[in-house]
This record gives sequence, C-alpha cells and structure tokens, in this order.
Amino acid sequence: MRHRLRRLGAPLLLLAPSLILLGVFVYGLIAANFNTSITDNHTAAQATGQEPVTTVWFQNYIDLLGSDDFQHSLTNLVLFTVVFLVGTMVMGFGWAWMLDRPDRGEGFFRSIYLFPMAVSFVASGVVWRWLLNSNQGESASGLNRLFQMIGLDFLQNNWWNNITFGITAIALPAIWQLSGYVMALFLAGFRGIPEELREAARVDGASEWKVYRLVLFPQLSPIALSALIIIGHMSLKSFDLIMSISKPANYQTKVPAVDMYVFKSSFNYADAAAVGTILLVIVALVVVPYLVRTHQAEKR
Amino acid sequence: MSTHVSTPPGVTGEPVELRDDTARNRFTVGRTAKYAAMILFVLIVLIPVYVLFVTSFKGAGDASPSRAWNLPTDWTLDNWRGAWNALSPAIWRTFQMVIPAAIISAMLGSMNGFVLSRWSFRGADVVFTLILFGMFIPYQAVMIPLLELMLGAGIPSGVPSLIILHVIYGIPITTLIFRNYYQTVPHELVEAGRVDGAGMLRTYWSIILPISVPSFVVVLIWQFTNAWNDFLFAVFFSSSQNGPVTLALNNLANGALLQDYGVSMAGALLASLPPLLVYILLGKYFVGGLMSGSVKG
Repeated sequence: MRHRLRRLGAPLLLLAPSLILLGVFVYGLIAANFNTSITDNHTAAQATGQEPVTTVWFQNYIDLLGSDDFQHSLTNLVLFTVVFLVGTMVMGFGWAWMLDRPDRGEGFFRSIYLFPMAVSFVASGVVWRWLLNSNQGESASGLNRLFQMIGLDFLQNNWWNNITFGITAIALPAIWQLSGYVMALFLAGFRGIPEELREAARVDGASEWKVYRLVLFPQLSPIALSALIIIGHMSLKSFDLIMSISKPANYQTKVPAVDMYVFKSSFNYADAAAVGTILLVIVALVVVPYLVRTHQAEKR
Repeated sequence: MSTHVSTPPGVTGEPVELRDDTARNRFTVGRTAKYAAMILFVLIVLIPVYVLFVTSFKGAGDASPSRAWNLPTDWTLDNWRGAWNALSPAIWRTFQMVIPAAIISAMLGSMNGFVLSRWSFRGADVVFTLILFGMFIPYQAVMIPLLELMLGAGIPSGVPSLIILHVIYGIPITTLIFRNYYQTVPHELVEAGRVDGAGMLRTYWSIILPISVPSFVVVLIWQFTNAWNDFLFAVFFSSSQNGPVTLALNNLANGALLQDYGVSMAGALLASLPPLLVYILLGKYFVGGLMSGSVKG
C-alpha cells in the first residue's frame, strides 16, 4: 500500500502544478463563466459589484439565440468556417501533392508556402485591409486595382462590405495564412506512406488514379481529419483577423468572438459570458469526439 | 514511371534510357506544368509581402490610388521611423513577456510530458485528454471570470498578467509536444534507471532532461511565436501603455481617423520581424512544433 502510494505520489508531484492551474483556469473558470451567464449582470454597476445580481437561468441564451443580431453572427461564423476549411484543405492538399516527390527547389517552395503562418493575424490584417479595399473604378486600390491592371475588371467587388457574404472575404487572408500549415500536415502524411506500397499497386496494374484512391487517400484520411479539426476550431475562435481588418463594430463581419468583446466592453458581463459558453459548446461538439477517438486509438 | 523513381537526384532532367517516348514527354510536360503552377502560387503568396515592402517606403507623393501597385517614386524611411517610434516600447515589452513565458511553460510541459509518457500511472490517459482539452477551448468561454480573478488577485495588467496567462494556457500544447517526443525514447533507458534504483526525479533529471534539447527548442520556438503573435489576451489584459506589440500595431493601424498605410505597413513588418527571423533561422524546429499540433504527432 505504501509502495503504491509512493509510486503514484511522485508522478502526481510533478503533475500537480499544471493540474491545479488547469483545473482552476480551464475547468473552474468555465463553470464560473456559466454562472455569470445565467444572471442579469448586464450593467457596469453590477459588473463592479455595486448593484445586486439575480439569477435568470437561461433567459440570456434564449434572448441571444432569438435575436437577429446574434443569428447574423452565427451565420457569419458558419460561412467563414466553410470557406476557410474548403480553401485551406484544397490549397494545402494541392501544394502537398505537387511537392510530394522530392524535386529541385522543393524546400524553397515549402518555405514560401508556409511562411505566412509565422506572422500574426494583426500584422497580416494591416496589409489585407488594404488589399480588400472596397473602392472600385477610378479610386480603386488593393486587389480591385490589381484586377483592373490585369484585365479582370469583372472580379472587382466590395469585399467585406457585402452585408451577406462580406465575412467570406475575410476568409481569404485566413486561407493565405494557414494553407501552408495544412500542406505541412499532408506532406508528412505523404512521406509516411512507404514507396513500396505505391509501387506494389502500380505493378498490379492499378492506374495512377486508382493508386490514389485505394492506397494514398485511405492512408491520408487521419491527417485530413486532424487538419479539419485544427483549422475548424481555429476558425470558430477567429477574432484577431476580423478585429484588425474590419472594426469590432462592423455588422457585416461580426462573429460570436467579436460580439463577446463588444459585450464585455460595455460591461454586459452576462451576455459576454453567454456568448463564451455558446462558443465553447460549438467547439466542444467538434473537438471532444475527436479527442475521445484519438484517446481510444492510442489505447489499442 | 519506375525509371523515374530510381533515377538518382540531379540527373532527373537528362533523358535517361527511356524507350517509351510518350511517357517521357508526358512526364516532362507534367513537370513543367507543375513548376509553372508552383511558381504562380509563390507569386500569389508573396503579393502581400510586396505590398508591405513597397508601401512602407512610399512618401506622400505616392498617395494616389492609381500608383497603388507601383514602386515608390521617392524612397523614404519616414514610415519606418514613425513605426519604430510608435512600436519600439511595445516591442521591448513583448520580449519581456515572451521570453519568461516560453521558458516556464516549456519546463512545465517537459515534466508533464515525462510523467504522462514514461512514468505513467493508471488513468494517465484520461488526465492527458483533460489537459489537452485546454488547448482547444475558446478563451472567450473563460474570459469574464478570468478578468475578475486576475483583478481580484491583484496581478497588474500588462506584462505580468500576460506572462501568467501564456504559461497557463500554454501547458496543454507544451505537454503534448514533450509527451510525443518522450514516447520515442526507448523504455529500456528509463527502466535501466529504475533498476539502478534511481527515483523518478533522478531519472527525469539525469536521463530524460539531457536528451530533451531538440524538443525544448521546438517548444520554446512555438511558445515564443504564439505569445508574440497573440492578440486576444493582449486586448483583454493590457492597454496601449503596457501592452505587447500586436496591440500597439492594431492601435497604430486602426486608431487614426485617416489611415496612414505607409506607417502601419512598416509597423506590420517591424512587428513580424522576430517571429519571421525565428522561422527563417530555425525553420526545421518551427515545423516540428506545427506537426505536433495534430495531436498524434
């Protein structure tokens, strides 16, 4: 018994600082946040404790989810995520596919495609705000001007100022920034497939397409899933890029993460907390099954 | 095709003994098309870089939209001077924040990774999954009580708050990277220590730590870049007087009524310089960090 305790005691000693910190700062605060979200803590006086707060249960959630304003944020979030995911997966896979076989200059291409990942969203937001300028015709700058110069005038548009699809314009810089990451994931996947496997399929007379469909795609699907989860959860949390390209008060491009900031700035803590919890639920729906699956796969 | 695969590198361009002409032509055309596409993508990816550089050297004479994509008429360093004046205090603060944050969370990650992979106990997998979940949560879901907690604990906003936050919320990813790395360490190495009667701490200190250098580099780089580029915590836990460079850059770019793109683009380049240098000089380790983000590593 003492032996067992000692065996368990030492590992827990090393883990203890992290477990306590994460216990409080992740799980404890998630609970505290939920607690705030079911109150009527909507004013600065309540936020600073000068006026009492009462519990209203799920009223804030009902009001939020029922409001056109927040529904617009959720629609934006879905649109943004779809475009972001499709864009990064297509570009990332395409680049990895082209760089699959080591060839001259491969390292150069890889480094260029990946470099935007090292830059902050705020810094890239500065230049993309300029590129996505909505002016057209004479006063056009940015991409609209470039389209004019190369004779593709019809591509000019008002980018993120479009009320319904404006958010998808902000997915462009996000794709620019993270396609290289997806490429790196897929490249690692390609490299992990033994050459003999492909050769064997070819010797058996399989066409190049069949080699992909029957040998490569099945091997790559766990990587594709990882990439989807990682990009997907990043997309659901998107905040920096939107804040730096359009301003937080911009209706066209707002998403829940931005709403949360706006609520907090006006000391509407209850609604800010409710938005936070809604975001957490959305992310958890995506991530938890994935974590559980990975956990089970490792056990085997 | 098999001829191509077995061809040694460097001579792939030569017409090796390939009797099947059509196959070779297809291969050559395919290769040319591939390179054309890859170069096109390089140009597209570099468009923002071109704009940043060119605009950052432009003076007032280049303000007309018709000159938007041209090179500057008079190259000037005024924008860079302006950006440096606006950002340099914040850049120093960011270094003060990022370096301790990276080191402390690397230490914690290393200890956790060791225990969870090589000195395991029953239930370690569940503990690991619970730790990992902290990496995926949207921080919006803890932000309001976090603000109250930090305020209540009397931790000053700015650098001290941000160090603490980057350390704590960095634990999951650093644990993951170290755990994945230690799983490649042979069991025998740890067992040998056990047989010799070395306790866990001694095994960790004298066997595991000395071989951890590569993953320390990966983790330090990862945390450095992440904390350097963070904007979310910066917005909630610092102000323009005590905040990091992302906040200062955002204020510089979005603060004034009329935007001065020259200064803000010079600023964007300045603010990106440290992580870019890390990427260029230590790219291999940077990619190592990226890969481990995919959980299975």
